[in-house]
Amino acid sequence: LSCKVLSSVVTPCYCFVSPQIRVKPDNTGVVTDGVKHSMNPFCEIAVEEAVKLKEKKLIKEVVAVSCGPQQSQETIRTALAMGADRGIHVDVSGKDYENLGPLQVSKILAALAKQEDAQLILLGKQAIDDDCNQTGQMTAALLDWPQGTFASEVSLEGDKINLVREIDGGLEHIKINTPAVITADLRLNTPRYATLPNIMKAKKKKIVTVKPADLGVDVTSRLEVLKVEEPPQRQAGMKVETVEDLVVKLKEAGRV
Amino acid sequence: MAGLLKRALRLRTALRCLCDYNMLSRSTATLSPVDFHSPFLTCSSEQVLASTRKLHAGADGSKVSPSAAPERLPFCRVTEEDLAFFRKILAGRTIVDPDLVEPSNVDWLKSVRGSSEVLLRPQTTEEVSQILSYCNSRNLAVNPQGGNTGLVGGSVPVYDEIILSTSLMNKILNFDSISGVLTCQAGCVLENLSFYLEERDYIMPLDLGAKGSCQIGGNVATNAGGLRLLRYGSLHGTVLGLELVLADGQVLDCLSTLRKDNTGYDLKQLFIGSEGTLGVITAVSILCPRKPKSVNVVFLGCETFEQLLKTFQLCKSMLGEILSAFEFLDSECMRLLNTHLKLPNPISDCPFYIVIETSGSDPTHDAQKLHNFLEEAMTSSLVSDGTVATEEAKIKALWSLRERVTEALTHDGFTYKYDISLPVERIYQLVTDMRKHLGNRAKSVVGYGHVGDGNLHLNVTSPSKDPALLAAIEPFVYEWTASCRGSISAEHGLGLKKRNYIYYSKQSQAVALMGNIKAMLDPKGILNPYKTLPDNLKQ
Repeated sequence: LSCKVLSSVVTPCYCFVSPQIRVKPDNTGVVTDGVKHSMNPFCEIAVEEAVKLKEKKLIKEVVAVSCGPQQSQETIRTALAMGADRGIHVDVSGKDYENLGPLQVSKILAALAKQEDAQLILLGKQAIDDDCNQTGQMTAALLDWPQGTFASEVSLEGDKINLVREIDGGLEHIKINTPAVITADLRLNTPRYATLPNIMKAKKKKIVTVKPADLGVDVTSRLEVLKVEEPPQRQAGMKVETVEDLVVKLKEAGRV
Repeated sequence: MAGLLKRALRLRTALRCLCDYNMLSRSTATLSPVDFHSPFLTCSSEQVLASTRKLHAGADGSKVSPSAAPERLPFCRVTEEDLAFFRKILAGRTIVDPDLVEPSNVDWLKSVRGSSEVLLRPQTTEEVSQILSYCNSRNLAVNPQGGNTGLVGGSVPVYDEIILSTSLMNKILNFDSISGVLTCQAGCVLENLSFYLEERDYIMPLDLGAKGSCQIGGNVATNAGGLRLLRYGSLHGTVLGLELVLADGQVLDCLSTLRKDNTGYDLKQLFIGSEGTLGVITAVSILCPRKPKSVNVVFLGCETFEQLLKTFQLCKSMLGEILSAFEFLDSECMRLLNTHLKLPNPISDCPFYIVIETSGSDPTHDAQKLHNFLEEAMTSSLVSDGTVATEEAKIKALWSLRERVTEALTHDGFTYKYDISLPVERIYQLVTDMRKHLGNRAKSVVGYGHVGDGNLHLNVTSPSKDPALLAAIEPFVYEWTASCRGSISAEHGLGLKKRNYIYYSKQSQAVALMGNIKAMLDPKGILNPYKTLPDNLKQ
């Protein structure tokens, strides 16, 4: 199957190390200044899968896409260092970026897929900052393409794709037509480390910048964030000396 | 029941003297004579030879290993009255339950075991002072203990010394965010201090693999080195003040937070690295660096050790002030990591691997410097492969390849550990010579460590404790080190296991002066006996 794969590297996500997550004083969101942004782990797995398919000569070209401000280009470079051929940076910044959600991104991806004549879109199953798990599904719907979500195994057979999906009940085996959208789950593969020779080569690969308007996409959000709060503080526990004490305390707390 | 317990403990104490290290006494008879006149031993080591010949032969002519425990000194034993006293000042924190005391009797490597029956857990300096004052008057030996992560048997009792644990002294007393000076009790776990500081945009000036368990008091008492020494220097420079309790219970308050203070002798320097033999550290004030805004970790592969050294020079010249760590491991280490911990090699197989860390205040600036360095290293073929990490998860993954070698070794069998300081260009020669010297007798011989500091961690493994193998390794490794005027213990200290080897790296006049200082500060010798200073000083 010689086709072009659009490997979406959406959402350079916020990678936090607790206890650093802080809610903004006005409760409209989380503090993102000075926090290191990096590629969403599931998207990394998607890029790895795309590069693997290219190495098996099953696909022709891997294009890495990211939507966001200037820093998103770094995430694309990482994808290029892993083996993607070129990158497309969809420039969205400021308020537009803060409000950018799955619907807007899937509209952008659908437009790009048509423009690039892509046969396969590979994304991570969800972004670890918002955990929406919607972009892949929405993109497939907008394009009217079949979707294989939560993929833990992907194999191409002629012009069809065999997929194993991780579902609550176990594993589901499906066969879908191309063109298609696939979202990657954790066990699909282990992303490679970008090695130095490839990192050097990646600096010479092309990244093209476009604006959503160029693709005919309106990124106004249909959602309004009302409030963001921290979870309630964890109360300290209490030690008791005897079983009788325990029963008394439980009764006091109205638990027994 | 209690009588049975006491008899069992006495038996254990007796057996302690016949511990595995002592099996050496029979096997040293078959030791092939070391050529004392071989080319690599210089004339100045005649003194060393004289001392070591005495070391390796007991007074009655039988050969006892220098790392084995000596006879129990005539300290008093703990009585019920003593326990009553301890319980009065430490209600609920005087532990005598054998199951609860046991973990504190064994070191992290599970290589030495004491038979202490009492574990004390003070919370304040005042309590430590009362304990030591009492023990001094009663002639009871005391073993100060922090996180018990030491590797030379210095943190656990040899006989029935009372274990004085600082684990409950874990309060942070003060942090000055302008000067970066942190003041805390000695029992604070290093990793917890790191978390506390990171929230305030600072970091600890030292970092080591044991950070999840080791305590700052222990770190200071052993002058711990670690992974950041290259950048931030040793504890001798970063510790600004100490609060200690001396052997007689006197509290010595040198807890200054001043960066500069030249008023009289700098007493704290004496206690840094004294391994709990001159006083018990109860509080520390330490100068902390700002948290770097940009951290990069690079994992490189080199074909030869010469190329590794050239890479180090290139690194220093091109990365200069942003370099914060330069560590190495050999292909044998990688094999152990792959086999025992299932950690994959992020790059292709090479004879040597380097972990380089940069820490700076400007990500763009650092990335550019790093890029230039890597390009130069690749094009001049100093480095055959490598990978870079800029984000937390990947950085941790690359660091774990270096930090978990110790863990991987424990799965490979019984480990003989050597922590040596050598001139940088000779570091790997010792590993190669050791491999040739041991041949098939050892399972694995690996070299890794802080090559940037000239510090090699040489480890040899065997399926189980092997006295013949030990006899082949020692004193070969110490003599090799002495011939380059290196240190037989770069950062691990002397503890129990290496106390008698001190003469390989220090002149006897120096050691004698150490003995005088010890006698002055601890006349009854109750603080951490049998450790750090050699046995022949006691005569």
